[in-house]
Amino acid sequence: MKTIIVVGNGMVGYKFCEKFVSQDGSKDFKITVFGEEPRPAYDRVHLSEFFESQDAKALEMAPRSWYEENGVELITDERVSDINRTDKKITTAKDREFSYDYLVMATGSSPFVPPIKGVEKEGVFVYRTIEDLEGMLAYAAKLNKEKPNARAAVLGGGLLGLEAGKAVLDMGLEPHIVEFAPKLMPRQLDSRSSQVLKQKLESIGLNIHLSKATNQILGDEAITGMEFGEDDRLDVDMLIISAGIRPRDELAKACGLDVGVRGGIVVDNTMKTSDDSIYAIGEIALYNQMIYGLVAPGYDMADVAAKQILGNTDAVMPDDIDMSTKLKLIGVDVASFGEPFMPASKGHSIIFENKTQYLYKRINVSLDGKSLLGGILVGDASDYNMLHQVYLNGMAIPEDPAQLILPASDGASAFGDVTDLPDEAQVCSCESVTKGQICAAIENGEATDVAGVVSCTKAGTGCGGCKPMVTDLTNATLKSLGIEVKEGVCEHFDLNRQDLYKIIQVKEYTTFNEVLDNHGNGGHGCELCKPLIASLMATINADTANKEYAIQDSNDRFLANIQRNGTYSVVPRVPGGEITPDKLIALGEIAKKYDLYTKVTGGVRIDLFGATLNQLPLIWKELISHGFESGHAYGKSLRTVKTCVGSTWCRYGMDESVSFGIELENRYRGIRAPHKIKGGVSGCIRECAEARGKDFGLIAVEGGWNLYVGGNGGATPRHAELLAEQIDNETVIKYLDRYLMFYMRTAKPLQRTAAWQERLEGGLDYLKEVIIDDKLGIVEDLEKEMQTLVNKFECEWTQAINDPEMMKRFSHFVNSEDDDDNLVFVPMRDQKMPEPWN
Amino acid sequence: MEAILDTYKTTKLEDVKVWFKAASVNDFPIDGGACVKYKGKQIAVFNFERLGKWYACQNVCPHKMEMVLSRGMIGDDKGAPKVACPLHKKTFSLENGENLNGDIDAIATYPVKIEDDLVYIGFTE
Ligand SMILES: Cc1cc2nc3c(=O)[nH]c(=O)nc-3n(C[C@H](O)[C@H](O)[C@H](O)COP(=O)(O)OP(=O)(O)OC[C@H]3O[C@@H](n4cnc5c(N)ncnc54)[C@H](O)[C@@H]3O)c2cc1C
Ligand code: SF4
Ligand code: FES
Repeated sequence: MKTIIVVGNGMVGYKFCEKFVSQDGSKDFKITVFGEEPRPAYDRVHLSEFFESQDAKALEMAPRSWYEENGVELITDERVSDINRTDKKITTAKDREFSYDYLVMATGSSPFVPPIKGVEKEGVFVYRTIEDLEGMLAYAAKLNKEKPNARAAVLGGGLLGLEAGKAVLDMGLEPHIVEFAPKLMPRQLDSRSSQVLKQKLESIGLNIHLSKATNQILGDEAITGMEFGEDDRLDVDMLIISAGIRPRDELAKACGLDVGVRGGIVVDNTMKTSDDSIYAIGEIALYNQMIYGLVAPGYDMADVAAKQILGNTDAVMPDDIDMSTKLKLIGVDVASFGEPFMPASKGHSIIFENKTQYLYKRINVSLDGKSLLGGILVGDASDYNMLHQVYLNGMAIPEDPAQLILPASDGASAFGDVTDLPDEAQVCSCESVTKGQICAAIENGEATDVAGVVSCTKAGTGCGGCKPMVTDLTNATLKSLGIEVKEGVCEHFDLNRQDLYKIIQVKEYTTFNEVLDNHGNGGHGCELCKPLIASLMATINADTANKEYAIQDSNDRFLANIQRNGTYSVVPRVPGGEITPDKLIALGEIAKKYDLYTKVTGGVRIDLFGATLNQLPLIWKELISHGFESGHAYGKSLRTVKTCVGSTWCRYGMDESVSFGIELENRYRGIRAPHKIKGGVSGCIRECAEARGKDFGLIAVEGGWNLYVGGNGGATPRHAELLAEQIDNETVIKYLDRYLMFYMRTAKPLQRTAAWQERLEGGLDYLKEVIIDDKLGIVEDLEKEMQTLVNKFECEWTQAINDPEMMKRFSHFVNSEDDDDNLVFVPMRDQKMPEPWN
Repeated sequence: MEAILDTYKTTKLEDVKVWFKAASVNDFPIDGGACVKYKGKQIAVFNFERLGKWYACQNVCPHKMEMVLSRGMIGDDKGAPKVACPLHKKTFSLENGENLNGDIDAIATYPVKIEDDLVYIGFTE
């Protein structure tokens, strides 16, 4: 039995153990791993997720039990302090000695802290370990309490620095990035793309300071500022240093291993150091005179070292190491691959730039125009995976390479299909999984879906960037095997929403049980399929939510929005946001009478909170008597059409945005859709109604309206796209009828128009062909279906209060007229709110 | 808060001492629920017509202690009847009260019997 000692239990040290124990012959070795950190190896690449989750366990590469089960001895919280190469022994900081036959150095690196005066001050942090983050969180919390507008700076505008900048923003501090070089991400981006990125980051609230050399950190005990030149200072309350990494080669130096001038243990392509019994892998290893600060090459090194020790001498590191990277910042796409910058002598660059959309794409193509050498994507990196594959595998590129980055006019992709990739194409570079392995896992029956592929190949478990491609490959392979990709809405139906739509329409079903008994899997339904089918039947049969109320979603069931203590909020419709003083007074009187918390909503309506189930019909009776109707704020249906005041009053207005907004809101009120729908109408291009952030938006221009579709605010903001220009009111309605109906027919459950449109094969161009050119020959049907919905509109609250049978629903108890006695309200700025949850 | 939970204890059929006459069968929606008040307790009662069965459980959701379960949607999880809380869609078995999609506490369940189109719920006191 031979002994291997691994120094360092980081990502790569762990990966070595994992690779080693999975090989034949590993049983003849005993592995002992030393880690200086208190916990087992964790996923440093996703360290920033700790800010949100604060769950260290979730980041673990493997639980402690994994090491035990695999016969690996893990000793954490114990640093190796000395190596005696002659006796093949190591000593730890706790003065314990251990012998080895092979030593694997996986000590990684530590953040480089430049020797600036004052860096030792309180409030200065580095960004590498969970403990670092805990320290930052505690400090930020303290700052947030003491100071309303505390600021934090990040020293370094590289990949990691920008990630840290986003973290600062999320911690609620004002973020500043200070970079020495004249551009951001100097290692990955050229000047122009870096400029575009800078503007994009500034637009989300990051302050960027370039070409700044920091002389001094100011402050007594704690940091109060940074000094660049004499009169050039930045006041900050916290600083995160992210100025590069330094390999942790102190042990290696002390025992006389060959190290590079700027650090790192020198290794050959077998990962062997200058001592035959010692290997070095990961961020400590200096290979080809380079330290690779990425996890994927580290994993490859772990694999090579494991195989070499087991006697497989053919396994060596390749000469060329792929340094392509994609920034994980949420909301900003940045990626570079291959050779991002390239001298003109080697090839041509094709550059596409659109500063108004913070978009920059560059590809570098060989002189003969046949192969892709590298590129940069800022603002939209959705094609990164495919471009990266084309580059890695030397795949053929179109005759006009510009097609690779320009939006294709026919909506078709210039790339072809994932299935065109060669089998040896590396899809997941973190775990070195090839296309062939992924397809094989499905073909030999090991996996039947994406989750299965991920668990048996490990693809996608590293940085996760390849997930979309793994999904596409899995689905394509399943399809080629004739296996239907299951996309049923839940365990009760194998059908998807679109199929259910057609079936209900053709068979004219009117109850949930009919659909379930004829097309379900024999169960009794659940909270996923019931509301879905309720919504489909409402659309197809032009019904309200009062039909079969027990299958309606929480809110639809009681025609109100359930709030945190089980009371409801009430939102009457105020079309286009136009309301008379009398109606406004009525709302106020009613709110006062029932003691409701009152607030103007984001959709410019008035929301009355805190109504009990028993009160709902009483409140609605009064609202209806004052001419109000349901606002459908509770439904997956049209919410509001927000309008600016337009030419009625505004001196810039080109058209009557209010009048048109009211007309549209009244037209589409009450229709049930896959998700909520919002609209906006602005009277001119100043866009005061923020119409482009809505599912449909109109902007008045010279000669008519510009119609935009598929916009969204919320978690994934997206501007609506221009569907048609300078059209009149009648054409707007025609196109909108078609658009909305097409969306309602084909979207997935709970998919907003933005997500639907984004995933629509063929994109906007296809949409135009369907809606405007009637490529599918369906527009007449779409318009007819919408017109039926419009004609059959009925206010469901008026319906409910006039039907004693329906009214039975609005009572907290079946056997008593009492209200819920469990409700507790507390005061809040002259109004009331529910007692907070603990 | 937890005091609320203490008032609800799963009651087995053999331990029932009181059959409380709650309401008429028609007062409950088909394949849905409503809430019954009994001596300061709130009990959610469900008419699971597809199974031909009735179920009763505490109305309070152990997740955030709100009196809402009777307003939840019922259905089944691989055959086991369940209710989904309307607030955050935690689901609970109607047979034994267990939380099916998480690890929060189980809810208390009660026996139900139907006689002459009237719904009775069984309590120990
Ligand atoms: C915030 C952040 C984001 C990142 N994002 C990405 C990304 O998107 N993509 C990417 O490819 N890479 C990313 N990286 C880099 C990536 O995390 C590293 O390349 C990787 O962790 C290197 O692994 P390693 O095992 O070589 O070093 P480490 O993970 O640093 O592990 C070394 C371990 O050895 C321990 N150690 C050191 N000396 C001793 C000793 N004498 N005795 C005992 N133990 C010792 C250290 O405490 C440490 O736990 C990121 C890094 C950070 C910090
Ligand atoms: S969008 Fe134009 S018309 Fe409407 S309020 Fe603003 S400036 Fe006036
Ligand atoms: S209160 Fe029931 S799931 Fe949250």
